[in-house]
Amino acid sequence: MSVTLNRIGLARDAYKGAATTLCAGCGHNSITNHLIKALYEMGIEPHRLAKMSGIGCSSKTPAYFVDSAHGFNGVHGRMPSLTTGAKLADRQLVMLGVSGDGDTASIGLGQYMHLIRRNLDCTYIVEDNGTYGLTKGQFSATADVGSVQKRGTVNTYEPIDLCTLAITLGGTFVARSFSGDGKQLVPLLKAAIAHRGVAVLDVVSPCVTFNDHDGSTKSYEWVKEHEEAILDPSFIPYYEEVLVDYEPGTTTDVRLHDGSHLVLRKLHDTDHDPTDRSAALRVIEEGHRTKQLVTGLLYIEPEADDFSTRERLPERPLRDLTEKELRLTREQFGEVMSELA
Amino acid sequence: MPDPIVNDLTFQAATVNGSGSQSSNSVLMRAIFHLGIPVAPKNIFPSNIEGLPTWFQIRVSPEGYMARKGDTDVLVALNPSTWAADLKGVRPGAAVIHDATYSTAGAREDVHYYPVPFSQLAKTKIENDKLRKQLLNMIYVGVVAKLLDIPLEAIDHGLRRHFQSKPKAVQVNLDAVQVGMDYWDENLTKKDAYRLQPMTGKTDGLILVEGNQAVALGCLMGGCTVAAWYPITPSSSVCEYLGGYAERFRVDEKTGEKRIAIVQAEDELAAIGMAIGAGWAGARAMTSTSGPGISLMAEFAGLSYYAEIPVVIFDIQRIGPSTGLPTRTSQADLGFVYNLSHGDTHHPILLPGTVQECYEFARDAFDLADRFQTAVFVLSDLDLGMNLWMTKPFPYPERPFDRGKVLSAERIEELKGDWGRYRDVDGDGVGYRTLPGTEHPLAGYFTRGSGHDENARYTESGEVYARNMDRLARKFETIRATLPEPAVDGSSSKVGIIAFGSTVNAIEEARERLRDGGLEVDFLRVRAVPLNEAVTGFVRDHERLYVVEMNRDGQLYDLLRLHVPADLVGRLSSIRRYDGQPIPADAITRPILELEAVPAS
Ligand SMILES: Cc1ncc(C[n+]2csc(CCOP(=O)(O)OP(=O)(O)O)c2C)c(N)n1
Ligand code: SF4
Ligand SMILES: [Mg+2]
Repeated sequence: MSVTLNRIGLARDAYKGAATTLCAGCGHNSITNHLIKALYEMGIEPHRLAKMSGIGCSSKTPAYFVDSAHGFNGVHGRMPSLTTGAKLADRQLVMLGVSGDGDTASIGLGQYMHLIRRNLDCTYIVEDNGTYGLTKGQFSATADVGSVQKRGTVNTYEPIDLCTLAITLGGTFVARSFSGDGKQLVPLLKAAIAHRGVAVLDVVSPCVTFNDHDGSTKSYEWVKEHEEAILDPSFIPYYEEVLVDYEPGTTTDVRLHDGSHLVLRKLHDTDHDPTDRSAALRVIEEGHRTKQLVTGLLYIEPEADDFSTRERLPERPLRDLTEKELRLTREQFGEVMSELA
Repeated sequence: MPDPIVNDLTFQAATVNGSGSQSSNSVLMRAIFHLGIPVAPKNIFPSNIEGLPTWFQIRVSPEGYMARKGDTDVLVALNPSTWAADLKGVRPGAAVIHDATYSTAGAREDVHYYPVPFSQLAKTKIENDKLRKQLLNMIYVGVVAKLLDIPLEAIDHGLRRHFQSKPKAVQVNLDAVQVGMDYWDENLTKKDAYRLQPMTGKTDGLILVEGNQAVALGCLMGGCTVAAWYPITPSSSVCEYLGGYAERFRVDEKTGEKRIAIVQAEDELAAIGMAIGAGWAGARAMTSTSGPGISLMAEFAGLSYYAEIPVVIFDIQRIGPSTGLPTRTSQADLGFVYNLSHGDTHHPILLPGTVQECYEFARDAFDLADRFQTAVFVLSDLDLGMNLWMTKPFPYPERPFDRGKVLSAERIEELKGDWGRYRDVDGDGVGYRTLPGTEHPLAGYFTRGSGHDENARYTESGEVYARNMDRLARKFETIRATLPEPAVDGSSSKVGIIAFGSTVNAIEEARERLRDGGLEVDFLRVRAVPLNEAVTGFVRDHERLYVVEMNRDGQLYDLLRLHVPADLVGRLSSIRRYDGQPIPADAITRPILELEAVPAS
């Protein structure tokens, strides 16, 4: 059997990680597989990849893909700051953050928001199951009003919509998807990785052990019945030509900063312009009103300056700079000393 | 007229916060320093932007003492609300310059009053409406100059130095100084004993620098490339100075690119997170804060310890929680920082006592963090950090950076990929690490908190965990043996003092006073924890030891009692001061004299 190699000569196996320790059927495992596919097909160099996470079942997953890349399972809710720091040290790293709804929408909400407003160049995946998996099934802040916990408790508190939040904070790539919808998620993941700036993907990812029952709005059943995909995405990397001809009026073609394209084909009656911020907020709101899970690319702004650009950082990683580039010269140091006399 | 007292006095200006007296005090201090007379300025300020009382003290002494001295010899009283208390605090024979509207009826008769109608002079003699409030303070500079015999040339120098970056301001301020001088000439005569006279030999070649400024310079020279912080007094000026210097010295002239990232984070959790993320990816990273921020950093500090990630953390200590006395100095974070975080965590702490050490320890902390792959703390304090101190110019670093044990792609190739992140290859407890971005298929590893084996593989094995903890303990011993040695002075006495940080100035002065009285006292200044053998040796060599510090419970005293053999513990006594003011020498001499008078048998 022949092995297909990607453009940098690696087989799909090179993108695998340690065996998962999550429950069989957990949505997070599917996302891991979609990530492996996306990274492999894009030909991301493993040594350039930095896999970052907080704490939770979801945050364990970076150990389950691209074994040869560096990974960092940090502390609960603080993946954004670790990711920011690492990116400052080396802006050539491909930062890939994986978090959970507990990790992001509760303990880590502040860092999530500030990472977005800085437009840090990274991919930020929230594996959203509406519950705290690792601590055994408490409600998270993304649980919908009226959804029922396994033990029967009904949630009465308003959920935090992480996509709405991301858009209002100036997020430059905001999408929602479903762990079971690889057809949609894989191209979105690729586009998120190619995007320069923060790319937030809120991926509904059912917890089979604590939140997959009747009355949950994050169960496989519920999502299958209520998912309403807007715009069918295909990703064309910068190193490939756009070959397909699309019927005019049926697609939107978004050119990303690196020259890749995200081609968005209209589905049935939806007519969403993902470069229109208020339209994006409206489509989410409409979904809440009609109790549908709106998925797909909600908003994109491909050319905004990212954090490293605004901070005027060089392409060369800061960590590689030497004494000569970092210390004041003897003359400069003498100048500072004499100013203090 | 009493016999003149020359170059030996404590000046204090009592003003209202926000009134602009800072410039006046700085000009006076620089003028005196310009005369070759040693100065030790101290700013005692409230946690407030405008309205609360503030004091500025300049200790002037021919010997160059830099500790705070309690009583005031020359007072400028410009705050009606503290007038009564300020007057109470001066020494008999003091010179008291005060606003002419303050009543002296029935007030102390053992001091000399110099009433000056400041507001009226400002109204009639200062034309600049906008700056009148600030310039009023310059009037007292003129009066004080006349009172103490400071020549106009020195004041002019002080003004030029203070307004280095806005030379236009010099003339209007000089005019206001002249108003004060004229008023003196026409209305007042010298009655007190205090005066200043140019000196030589004591301040030659010295510079004046704040500890936080020295820390910023240390960070630059130590190769820091990522700094993340959240504003808090008294640490903010560390990153503000760093930012100022970085704009001058870390910007590429052609491209405008910066060779440092300085990020004002959303809080201290994020600040340390960014620094640790950067340290993990190989940058020399730091964060700077004070007690409340340290509290928020506790969880991440533990991660740095367990996952072994280099980071430098500056704690400019102040009095505890916000609201109240957060702008007053303290040395009360030592115990907390040493064990900061959950689990079996300890951290190396550097303890600068002088501005020169602020510079050197800040610079070297990055080497230590890289070498030992752990959080390195530097504990300064408000007094050291925010006041100006006389010092020799700092030395230019001669050593290259020590980036620690980092494996390159070539080295991994030579090892045929046989490496493990947490293996103790050299027997010093310190493993080898790789950085993300290293182009080798076997360079990557996974970083996580407590459960990892020698090859950084996930494990929940208790045995592996314990083995790793034992290695970390070994590493800590390597660190102990590498940190700066204590500074020891004297070996002839049976009595010793042990202290750390900025109390050094008061202790040096106290030792001289004790020596004058016939009691020689040796001194060991701890410059880092964990404590080492040299400290034990000093305790062994002395019969009675006084542990001096600025906190209520004796935190260094506690560390010492745990460190020295049990039979030596009884030799230690604790001297503590915790009123938010830098400790004065007499707060050390008094208790030592009392206890030495009745030596423990
Ligand atoms: C500071 C801190 N508080 C609490 C915890 C316990 N804790 C671990 S995971 C978790 C919730 C994780 O939920 P989520 O991010 O949604 O991940 P999931 O397991 O659902 O994928 C909590 C509260 C912790 N690790 N650290
Ligand atoms: S508990 Fe839930 S979230 Fe955690 S692994 Fe199992 S199914 Fe997944
Ligand atoms: Mg969850």
